[in-house]
Amino acid sequence: MDSSLLFGFSMIAYILASAMYLAGLLFKAPRFNLAGTCLTIGGVAMHSLATLLRWQETHQVGSGHAPLTNMYESLVFFALCTALLYLFLEYRYKMRGLGAFILPIAALIMAYASFSPRIDDSIKPLIPALQSNWLIAHVVTCFIGYGAFAIAGALGLMYLLKKRGTQQGEQRENGLLPSLTSIDELIYKTLIFGFLWLSAGIITGAIWANEAWGTYWSWDPKETWSIITWFLYALTLHARFTRGWSGTRIAWLSLVGFATVLFTYFGVNFFLSGLHSYGAS
Amino acid sequence: MTTKQKNSLIDFLASVQLALFLLFLLSTTAIIGTLIPQHAQPVLYSQQYGPAAARFIQLLDIDDMYNSWWFLSLLTLFAINLIVCSADRLPRVIRLLKRDNLATTREQLERFSLQRAIDSPLPCDEQLGQLRSIFKEHGWKAQERHTESGAVLLFAQKTPWSRFGVYLVHASILIILVGAVVGSPAFARKVLKNSDFAYKGFVMLPERAFTDHVIAIRQNQPINLGFMLRCDQFHIEFYDNGMPKTYRSQVTVLEQGQEVLRTEIEVNKPLRYKGVTFYQSSYQPYQNYEIQLKKQPDGVTSTQIIPPAQETLWEAGGISYGIINRERQGEITRRVKLWLHDGEGEASQLWVEMGKEVVIERPSGQYLLNIKQMYATGLQAAKDPGVWLVYLGCLLMLVGLFAAFFLSHRKLFAHVQEKGPGCRLLFAGTANKNKVQFGHVFTRMADKLEQR
Repeated sequence: MDSSLLFGFSMIAYILASAMYLAGLLFKAPRFNLAGTCLTIGGVAMHSLATLLRWQETHQVGSGHAPLTNMYESLVFFALCTALLYLFLEYRYKMRGLGAFILPIAALIMAYASFSPRIDDSIKPLIPALQSNWLIAHVVTCFIGYGAFAIAGALGLMYLLKKRGTQQGEQRENGLLPSLTSIDELIYKTLIFGFLWLSAGIITGAIWANEAWGTYWSWDPKETWSIITWFLYALTLHARFTRGWSGTRIAWLSLVGFATVLFTYFGVNFFLSGLHSYGAS
Repeated sequence: MTTKQKNSLIDFLASVQLALFLLFLLSTTAIIGTLIPQHAQPVLYSQQYGPAAARFIQLLDIDDMYNSWWFLSLLTLFAINLIVCSADRLPRVIRLLKRDNLATTREQLERFSLQRAIDSPLPCDEQLGQLRSIFKEHGWKAQERHTESGAVLLFAQKTPWSRFGVYLVHASILIILVGAVVGSPAFARKVLKNSDFAYKGFVMLPERAFTDHVIAIRQNQPINLGFMLRCDQFHIEFYDNGMPKTYRSQVTVLEQGQEVLRTEIEVNKPLRYKGVTFYQSSYQPYQNYEIQLKKQPDGVTSTQIIPPAQETLWEAGGISYGIINRERQGEITRRVKLWLHDGEGEASQLWVEMGKEVVIERPSGQYLLNIKQMYATGLQAAKDPGVWLVYLGCLLMLVGLFAAFFLSHRKLFAHVQEKGPGCRLLFAGTANKNKVQFGHVFTRMADKLEQR
């Protein structure tokens, strides 16, 4: 048994879970959602196991390192964070309807990591710049934040769709989808959670940069885009806290925020050049 | 300025609208510098964007936009906004926290959204005892006061300081900005007129060479270190697949000719000495080689630095040697083919890896040989006296964000008054955030009170 096989199984589990949650939503049948939850739990378990296994496999090519060092590994970890945070939300707020919006993200990320020709999934030893304990702190904090923002984006989409549905007078008051106010509240909660982790991610990155390059901030495109993301979410939170923005506006901002996260993550690697090019292949 | 104008200016600077506008402006303008190359030659801009656009780029310092007057002005305005806004709102929070909660009346408590009135058959004293123990069980430290009407008010609160969380975040941003200014080479050069105070420099130091200065990046001015740094050796190690594994410089610090510190610098393991930090940043391979030889059993030794394809005579060892072939990866030599002859029989020819000792058996004796390519190590040197302020700011920001988002100022009140043989109890609570969650806590405690 090797890690890539297990990652493949977890991807299949997420795809099936997405199908179940979507079926639950369309047919208004809670038992599909229960199947979705079971599949997600199974997927997360295999996914975690695969991550540990890959960690062990890195010892065969070098001195061993946490599997968080290139685009493939970060994508896979991004999916894990998203799925894990989703399970926590489902458990905490008992809203299974969210799965139909969030699990497809995890499934999509895993599929992209596995099948895209630009993504190299081979295990390579660590170049000197990456040999630091800050690597783990930086990548883990960032991707917990990204996972939360992915969920906030999905919730934003869910809010806008549901709102449009109710405006068009559709009588699909779906018991599985939370009320607009609960979605709004949940968007806010995931945003503040993500913001705290994004801040920690930027800070650990700055400390690491100072340890490795002698400067904690050099306005490198990756750094700049991360602070742009931070400004944007700071703006969103202030608009909500002090100007009373909620509902549709915050839902849109959570979508725009997630688009910025995606550009910080992929766009910078693919379109802009800079110091932070480890994640590019 | 009249007072009215002054007030409206302060209101503007304290306003959240300004904060939102600045956040929007900072995030959108910051994009420019990620699209247009920074610090490139002026020629490049006119080639890439045409002369008119290039003039515009020069005019607005877009080639160095994060240090341009307009971007720094935006950041300054942002800092002023943070200060004025916090100074404007902080007194209100302090007043709120200083309020005498034990002076709250029953009528006021009756207007709380979380409240439960309970008629208890227990005498007041016993009821109070129960209240105290329930407060204690749930981790609430209660204060008490007897009111004039003979009633007793119990009050307890949790994390009142969390109301400062958001101001802690604001302060942390200011601390980070101050730290960035203090550590900025431009500030040291232009304002303090002392470029030794903070700088970013670079030195390319050949093995065995000393330096007492580094070259400031971009200004190309020498900056004195105040001590000497010597590179003893530079090593590169590779993984089996050819990827670089380690870049390591062995260095010695000298003060007035005396060795004071011998250490190694690697990527991610800088050397800190007297406020200067040295980072492994690059290297330069030279096309010559240090050859160490030792002849056994005589014990004579020799160390020579030689170029390839040159015969060298070592008289004391009684041999001639030279490098006749090399296996290279770019400028880095992985191994060399060595020719060695002591005048008896056939000459030895063998491939030798860099840094690996080999033994050559010759009729005249045994030769221990070690070959190493010569390098210069590229070290970055930084002096940043503001970095600790930046780190402090970062820490405070995380604490502040946590307090602002996840802690709430929660208050519980219990008003107890005699009523016949029993007593009348009003239990009330309030929280400034996470109200739903606090509502559950309140209900649980109220249920407990009612059941007893």
